[in-house]
Amino acid sequence: MKIHEYQAKELFGRFDVPIPTGRAAFSVEEAATAAEDLGGYPVVVKAQIHAGGRGKGGGVKLARSREEVATVAGEILGMTLVTHQTGPEGRLVKKVLVEQGLDIAKELYLSLLPDRGSAKYLIMASEAGGMDIETVAAETPEKIVKVWVDPLIGLQSFHVREVGFGLNLPAAAMKPFTKLLTNLFRLFVELDCSLVEINPLVLTADDRVLALDAKVNFDDNALYRHKDILDFRDLDEEDPLEVEASAHHLNYIKLDGNVGNMVNGAGLAMATMDIIKRAGASPANFLDVGGGASAEMVENGFRIILSDPNVSGILINIFGGILRCDVLAQGVVEAARKTCINVPVVVRMEGTNVEEGRHILAESGLDLTSAVDLKDAATKVAAIVK
Amino acid sequence: MSIFVDQNTRVLVQGITGREGQFHTRQCVAYGTRVVAGVTPGKGGQQMDEVPVFDTVRQAVAATGADCSLIFVPPPFAADAILEAAEAGVSVIVAITEGIPVMDMLKVKNYIQNKPVRLIGPNCPGIITPGACKIGIMPGVIHKPGGPIGVVSRSGTLTYEVVHQLTGQGIGQTTCIGIGGDPVNGTNFIDCLSAFEADPETRGIVMVGEIGGSAEEEAAAWIAANGSKPVVGFIAGLTAPPGRRMGHAGAIVSGGSGTAEGKIAAMRQSGIQVCEDLGTLGEMCARVFG
Repeated sequence: MKIHEYQAKELFGRFDVPIPTGRAAFSVEEAATAAEDLGGYPVVVKAQIHAGGRGKGGGVKLARSREEVATVAGEILGMTLVTHQTGPEGRLVKKVLVEQGLDIAKELYLSLLPDRGSAKYLIMASEAGGMDIETVAAETPEKIVKVWVDPLIGLQSFHVREVGFGLNLPAAAMKPFTKLLTNLFRLFVELDCSLVEINPLVLTADDRVLALDAKVNFDDNALYRHKDILDFRDLDEEDPLEVEASAHHLNYIKLDGNVGNMVNGAGLAMATMDIIKRAGASPANFLDVGGGASAEMVENGFRIILSDPNVSGILINIFGGILRCDVLAQGVVEAARKTCINVPVVVRMEGTNVEEGRHILAESGLDLTSAVDLKDAATKVAAIVK
Repeated sequence: MSIFVDQNTRVLVQGITGREGQFHTRQCVAYGTRVVAGVTPGKGGQQMDEVPVFDTVRQAVAATGADCSLIFVPPPFAADAILEAAEAGVSVIVAITEGIPVMDMLKVKNYIQNKPVRLIGPNCPGIITPGACKIGIMPGVIHKPGGPIGVVSRSGTLTYEVVHQLTGQGIGQTTCIGIGGDPVNGTNFIDCLSAFEADPETRGIVMVGEIGGSAEEEAAAWIAANGSKPVVGFIAGLTAPPGRRMGHAGAIVSGGSGTAEGKIAAMRQSGIQVCEDLGTLGEMCARVFG
């Protein structure tokens, strides 16, 4: 799960990670008042959306007076911000963060993440802050300091020193940096983050170290033990169909093709999308109904696929393991009875209880095209949407 | 021959009295797997069908000599269940559970690293040696005993598809392993590839990967250096949208190596026959292994 910068900074505040003074605002008036309350100009007005590259897209602006804050907040609020991470359609800005301006001496980069390859925590830092870290990694990898932390011993002082000296911090900044990294690391582990990234982390002229930006992503699988974090979820940032799917515990991602598909298992779902593409059509979605899907979940999945107006054909591909074919078939039949299915449906199933499943579909009287294998399914679905 | 498990493997099931635990224990027993014990805390002394249930894994191992644990425990308690099994002295742990927090798995992985135990999964279908034992949730009937092909995969149902096509071509399997779809898992591709390489009855390998991480690239490099048996590969996710599920800084660790294209290229470079059309994978295997 992703959250906004202002929410990440709220968490930083709770964990005593230094941040500039600031406040979120949802209207021009609120932004102006927030700026006044900061007690001095300049201030920075930052668009709050779940995507990076906001500055380049015109979503971050400096203001030197109350009037200027009102002007730039007026420009940013309500704009459709396009960045390299939003896609060409952009994202509507509904809130801004108003923050005090700082006297920046140096911009750094700092991130924490679970490293899948080594199965350790990974701290990455760079003196080349403020730029796209992937560019730094590609062009000047020597500027990136990586320190791995064994999860069984946790963060030790030497880890912090390795990062701090790796960043060539001035001696006076070492103590505040140690405190910042220690607290940030505690946040990262305690809140089950999949990524904590500060870019830039700034060193001020008076040797303070502050998180000028804040990006925090959470491990969805761990949210059950962080109910308070769930309050940060912003449904405006998600596709409405994906929101509905998640309410039904379905793993659905909307794409821009025309063949809807429902599959059990993420690997097979991706492979099915690939097959649709190879057959000359284009997948409208990724939908993994999961291992323990019930007939009701299958029915919900069907309804969600059908509510995408681009869908002109559906391929159901189920290989029964945990999800038994009879359960799947029951769900398809229920969905067909309750929903108006106005596009052709190709069903291919195999595996646990496949005979019962096929029997249920055959007895249902529904107009379904059945496929004997994957090759057959791909050919049939491509013929339908052409 | 087979790798990791065979007809003598004595299986205990953690979470045996739950809905999935019961259903799949019965399927495993029906396949011929020696399920000797179950564990559900608080239900010790009961029976699930013919299988005695214990409160702790240690009790179950002491009473039945179980040497493999199959785990169906829900995510919040799964890491604890894996550690309990490792401490109780089983030599193979198969964790089916999907949805274990990454932070939990980091601790588990590092803790069991120096113990004499193999963890398969989590978030996997398990392991099957066709005709000998099925320790997992895969439909047994699609498999063909007797080898000569070993199958290793990050996926569940995609593995069933692959096995189904192999069997359809009359190609049997020695052992099929799902190593799981989580970012942090116990057994990796290379563990399985080296075991298949050492198994005289395995004469070829099918390796099924997907986008994310760099396990396939590492496996490809291992094959180039150590592999003597033909390998057919498949990678799912050529059409997967970038940036979904994968963190921004996560991409930097693997560089350009998380994409399907990158994996396919690395595998081809290592001499792996990569199939890009899943519908014809069985036919390709018949050609390569025939």
